Amino acid sequence: MTLRMKEARRWPGSEWIKDHPRPLEIAYRLTRRVVGRVVPWMLRVSPRASEELMIAGEKVAKGYLFNCQMCGQCVLHSTGMTCPMNCPKKLRNGPCGGVRQNGNCEVIEERRCVWVQAWERAHRGSYAEELLILQPPVDQRLQNSSAWLNMVTGADSQPPQGWVMATEDTQATASRSAK
Amino acid sequence: MNARVLPPLRSGSRLERILRSGQMAVTGEIKASDGADPKDVIKYSRPLANTVDAINAVDGASANSAISSIATCALLVQKGLEPTLQMNCRDRNRIAMQSELLGAAALGIKNVFLMSGDDVVSGDQPESKRVYDLGSVQLIRAAKIMRDQGVFLSGRKLSKPPRFFIGAADNPFIPPYEYRHYRLAQKVEAGADFVQTQWCFDPEVFRRYMQRVRDLGLHERVFILVGVGPIRSERAVEFMRDRVPGMRVPDEIVERMRKAPKERKKAEGVNICVEIMEQVREIEGVAGFHVMAYGMEDSIAEILERTGLSPRPTGEEDSRTVEQPAVASNE
Repeated sequence: MTLRMKEARRWPGSEWIKDHPRPLEIAYRLTRRVVGRVVPWMLRVSPRASEELMIAGEKVAKGYLFNCQMCGQCVLHSTGMTCPMNCPKKLRNGPCGGVRQNGNCEVIEERRCVWVQAWERAHRGSYAEELLILQPPVDQRLQNSSAWLNMVTGADSQPPQGWVMATEDTQATASRSAK
Repeated sequence: MNARVLPPLRSGSRLERILRSGQMAVTGEIKASDGADPKDVIKYSRPLANTVDAINAVDGASANSAISSIATCALLVQKGLEPTLQMNCRDRNRIAMQSELLGAAALGIKNVFLMSGDDVVSGDQPESKRVYDLGSVQLIRAAKIMRDQGVFLSGRKLSKPPRFFIGAADNPFIPPYEYRHYRLAQKVEAGADFVQTQWCFDPEVFRRYMQRVRDLGLHERVFILVGVGPIRSERAVEFMRDRVPGMRVPDEIVERMRKAPKERKKAEGVNICVEIMEQVREIEGVAGFHVMAYGMEDSIAEILERTGLSPRPTGEEDSRTVEQPAVASNE
């Protein structure tokens, strides 16, 4: 039953690719650069068409590789190139307390916990320390929009005001105690 | 004995005061009533009333509907008992969560325990919708924002911030083992003041975990209560091993329960619990126990007696904690 959940889908070969995250990280940096240059341009020509185009591109590329759920606020490179939205509980800050002894998911018994995989893969890549970033709540309005576009416009990095206040507060306390 | 630099007093709950005084705290868990009769809640609370410092009221445990945590807590407060409100991320979105937290504070609930929650597949309504609008770490942060910043997640001001002693779940007994202490670090950074761990059947695994926790200095920033409890029968322990998500039950434990003669099963379960507690309490950084005794609530008193944890302190005689100014924010 649970294998039919959309979070359980894995395309042939995609797991192997993610198990070797270095090339994906290069692709990430490249995409970031290209998208950053090209998108503002495209938006000037036709905002509507560029969004459709980006969405189509993401659905194919990230859909195949990561079983992308189109949350529109990608954190893949911080989570060992493993999409946290493939966690049935949508946890973006680490594994829940229900992981099975064999490292599989509490809900989808046949699949490994995405956070077990994220941990392993992050340590084969170069962003392991980013695993511990406190990821803000998901902006549910961005569902089904283009994460690449949102990255350029900054729509993917606008946590709620209260969250921002607390983060600034923690950082101020940390820097005070460091002095 | 306690070199801990204490953070500001959070809610002044009995649980918090006992922990701050450096004494071992003991918490328990009340059976969730499957009915609408408030007398059931009072009945179920009886074996816990003067035995533990605070009583967790579960929130749709195992994804089964039952009387709500907030109602149970309110009834316990009326009886003069100290509850801990459990809240999961499975059943409500962030709007409902924040509203409920305010309501809880208004009802006199001072401890909260915030977690992801068992998935809907564990219950009798696996066809339900999962919410998970926030994850546990984000919910912990949201509660901290309300308490310390005095605003909702959105930044809108609260007329009076709630004062909570914020609890979180911690499971050292499952993969990814190398991640688990960092996971605790995340929850502490988010705002957890205390954690209650999953049921500990394997002190060795826990000892190794605590070593890594101490390496990160976390034992001085968060109170760690270790989950323990008596087992009723061999069937119960096998069920936990095979069916309850997130449990690690070594075969020796199952074997011991199997070998115990029929009329001695419960006594053996209590023995195992006491032995584990004796081993675990010596570990540096352990601040107390969370005793889960489903269907064996009557044995809690005996367990605490045998481990020297009863009678419980009132949490009031300690001047160090009483004189603390009630600082609600970290300005």
